[in-house]
Amino acid sequence: MRLPLARSRLYRLVLVGAALFVAACRPVGVLDPQGPIAAAERLVLINSLAIMLVVVVPVIITTLAFAWWYRASNPRAVRSLDVAYEGRIEFVTWSIPALIVILLGGVTWIGSHQLDPKAPIVADAKPLRVDVVALDWKWLFIYPDQGIAAVNQLVVPAGTPVQFRLTSATVMNSFFVPQLGSQIYTMAGMETHLNLLADKPGEYPGISANYSGDGFADMRFTVNAVLPGDFDKWIAQAHGAGSSLDPAAYAALAKPSKAVPPATFGSVEGNLFERIVNETAAGSDNGAAGAAWCPPALQAGG
Amino acid sequence: MLGRLSWAAIPFDEPLPLISMAVVMLAILGVLAIVTVKGWLPYLWREWITSVDHKRIGVMYMLLGLVMLLRGFSDAIMMRTQQAIAVGGAQGYLPPDHYDQIFSAHGTIMIFFVAMPLVIGLMNFVVPLQLGVRDVAFPVLNSVSFWLTASGALLINASLVIGNFARTGWMGYPPLSELAFSPDVGVDYYLWSLQISGIGTLLSGVNFVTTILKLRAPGMTYFRMPVFCWTALASSLLIVAAFPILTATLMMLLLDRYLGMHFFTNDAGGNQMMYVNLFWAWGHPEVYILILPAFGVFSEVVATFSGKALFSYRSMVLATLGICVLSFTVWLHHFFTMGAGADVNAFFGIMSSIIAVPTGVKVFNWLFTMFRGRIVYRTPMLFAIGFLVTFVIGGMTGVLLAVPPVDFVLHNSAFLVAHFHNVIIGGVVFGAFAGYNYWFPKVFGFTLDERWGKAGFWCWLVGFYLAFMPLYVLGLHGMTRRLQHISDPSWQPWLLVAEAGAIVIMCGIFCQVAQLYVSIRTRELRRDLTGDPWNGRTLEWATTSPPPAYNFAVLPQVETLDAFWEMKRRGLTPTQPIYETLEMPRGSPIGVVTAFFASVTGFALIWHIWWMAILGLLGAAVALLVFGWSDDRERELTAAEVAQLERARRGLRQPA
Repeated sequence: MRLPLARSRLYRLVLVGAALFVAACRPVGVLDPQGPIAAAERLVLINSLAIMLVVVVPVIITTLAFAWWYRASNPRAVRSLDVAYEGRIEFVTWSIPALIVILLGGVTWIGSHQLDPKAPIVADAKPLRVDVVALDWKWLFIYPDQGIAAVNQLVVPAGTPVQFRLTSATVMNSFFVPQLGSQIYTMAGMETHLNLLADKPGEYPGISANYSGDGFADMRFTVNAVLPGDFDKWIAQAHGAGSSLDPAAYAALAKPSKAVPPATFGSVEGNLFERIVNETAAGSDNGAAGAAWCPPALQAGG
Repeated sequence: MLGRLSWAAIPFDEPLPLISMAVVMLAILGVLAIVTVKGWLPYLWREWITSVDHKRIGVMYMLLGLVMLLRGFSDAIMMRTQQAIAVGGAQGYLPPDHYDQIFSAHGTIMIFFVAMPLVIGLMNFVVPLQLGVRDVAFPVLNSVSFWLTASGALLINASLVIGNFARTGWMGYPPLSELAFSPDVGVDYYLWSLQISGIGTLLSGVNFVTTILKLRAPGMTYFRMPVFCWTALASSLLIVAAFPILTATLMMLLLDRYLGMHFFTNDAGGNQMMYVNLFWAWGHPEVYILILPAFGVFSEVVATFSGKALFSYRSMVLATLGICVLSFTVWLHHFFTMGAGADVNAFFGIMSSIIAVPTGVKVFNWLFTMFRGRIVYRTPMLFAIGFLVTFVIGGMTGVLLAVPPVDFVLHNSAFLVAHFHNVIIGGVVFGAFAGYNYWFPKVFGFTLDERWGKAGFWCWLVGFYLAFMPLYVLGLHGMTRRLQHISDPSWQPWLLVAEAGAIVIMCGIFCQVAQLYVSIRTRELRRDLTGDPWNGRTLEWATTSPPPAYNFAVLPQVETLDAFWEMKRRGLTPTQPIYETLEMPRGSPIGVVTAFFASVTGFALIWHIWWMAILGLLGAAVALLVFGWSDDRERELTAAEVAQLERARRGLRQPA
């Protein structure tokens, strides 16, 4: 009995080691972009890192070298214990970081403008509009032009720019698909804007990147980028199959729930997104929890 | 009668907090029992609890920080363990309700009740000695500051036992922290403990600004002050400017929660973005409040153990002040993803990277201080080298996150978590440990054990890299922070490495506890009778170890930078000093009494026990009035007494 156990342990160890190695080599997540925004952001990341490594690596090596060479026990080290200032060195110590920062400043300025989340993506295809609502603890995606909606599942045609309007019907969340790029906060009573594009068909994990309470860890969704033909098919299918997202259905959906499986709604109330933005700002029933001095009966929520 | 407080507040059904509560209670009772049985209580009350001596207060701050470090670290290792095992479908051993409290408490404790007390503790002990004066400007206020900080720490620990802590993250962003989403006492514990300790911190800031600007030894001009004093000044200025923002912001959230106002609510015109802006308008300067004194420690340590003056003192001062000012111009980089325009994001991104210039200059100056020096490897110097290498990496990833397009994909990720632990552990914590090892012989008159100290350093260094380098990788993989369980099984190997790192850090903490224990046991062998065990350069080494209550019988005459080094070089030994009568502040219980009433008030407000809150406030007000009308606050130490004390001290002292 002993040998197989030992072997399985060794096997497991090798497996973990191999997994580590593979994970380290195969680009994933942010380093495996699947759209122009994410690709450009990875490039900015690599460029900025490279600019800084030019200084950081020599500094680390010099630190270790000085620390080693000028140890008290080294008889060969030349010492000059009285030097406390040297104008030329001083000039260099201010210039090097300043030059790096000037370079980086350029990268920052250009990058911030080119990759502004609000800026539309230039492409041949007509953009798809998607409205995103963060709920406790799931994502609602409304397709206003197609008249359907989906929960925790975002189907988009590959190669087509997607214009997102985002809000939250609850606390702050952040809409983020690492392989497609830029995240953006979703905030109640407010609209934020984001433009993304998936280059090719595939499944890309999406998350909330801002902690929002108990069900946060499961506030995940999948982006299905499909061929344009398949997208139309999916729309038609959704129209036929799913139930209707009327006010009652929305009220039920908006109640806190965890690890919600993907679902679609075949029809959706017009202007639902605007209604959610306005109602959250005006204060609905469950938002009006009393203050400390109110009787406990009024303190709903949680 | 007792507001929201009932037996339901005590988590009888949850074994984990209950057991930790029992252990903590037993430890406290044990200590109290020993103290009472041995009859130490009067001594503790007279010499420590009511002491207004900056050295004693500094020691108590350090003790508070180190004890709270144990609490914050146990939170950390619980989180690491949870994330290492709750992968795939597994839920781990901490349900979200508990896990969310732990990461919120970890962040709050580590920033406010570990890093701040350690930094302010060092400032307390060192600054007056380095300036060559007898105490801070307002010694009694100093005691009030400390005890208010301790009161905040007490409340936050009470949440472990009675009720629960916030489940909002340490930033407490609304609307999650509003009544509608967090109706229980957790957020109130967070708010009141920070309000009470925040007042203490603000008073400390005022005290140190005044001390450094108004009290310096004769001849100590600004440009003859040690760099640590400069960094303490910059840090205190930041406290004075930034902490009121935090207090006002948290007060607005309190008004929302207690009086139904709408500063940050979703509805009725509230604006959550305002909280986020205000929070970070304090939060970013806070980072520099912590790191600047650590830079000061490293400046002293690197110069002393290289046997050289600090390279380019003036540019070091300039860089410190530059960072102090610039730190107020970068807060928006904490939320590039909120949807501001490209111009705004780019501006704050560039401002953030500009801070890297003075910081870079500092790094180069430390390097050139080592250059052609004679480096002696004692524990503080090891921490300094570890800091230089580690901090450069953390600074680099910080500037990376300051580039908005990069932040768009790394914001709130494990990469960010790795970055700020990289600068806070590699910078602030290493700085505090370097300072602790460096000044310990000055505080207690005997050195700390080097072998355990070095073992502790290596464990911390290796543990840090093991624990946080995997988080950099995971952030790039798309892992966000604060996940109670992890969906992607391919992340588990990295999380296991991080867990191993946390265990290595735990070994480091064990080594440091052992270091303290062993050093106390062998203190007679490691007595430092010179008062100057490291061949130091600044005035704190000019007096005996431990220094007398009045620090210097005759205030030193300062003529240059590195005043004590210069005195030693010239061989100036004062011949037959002429002693004068000294006015020494009496100890005062006002600090601990005010803090007692503040704790009562805080606790009562958290639980809505209104009568108790009113009693607490009245108590504090009466105590302050009584104190305000008492005249007997100083005692005289006659010249003859000073001469006698000095003879005894100097008799023991041996030349360096």
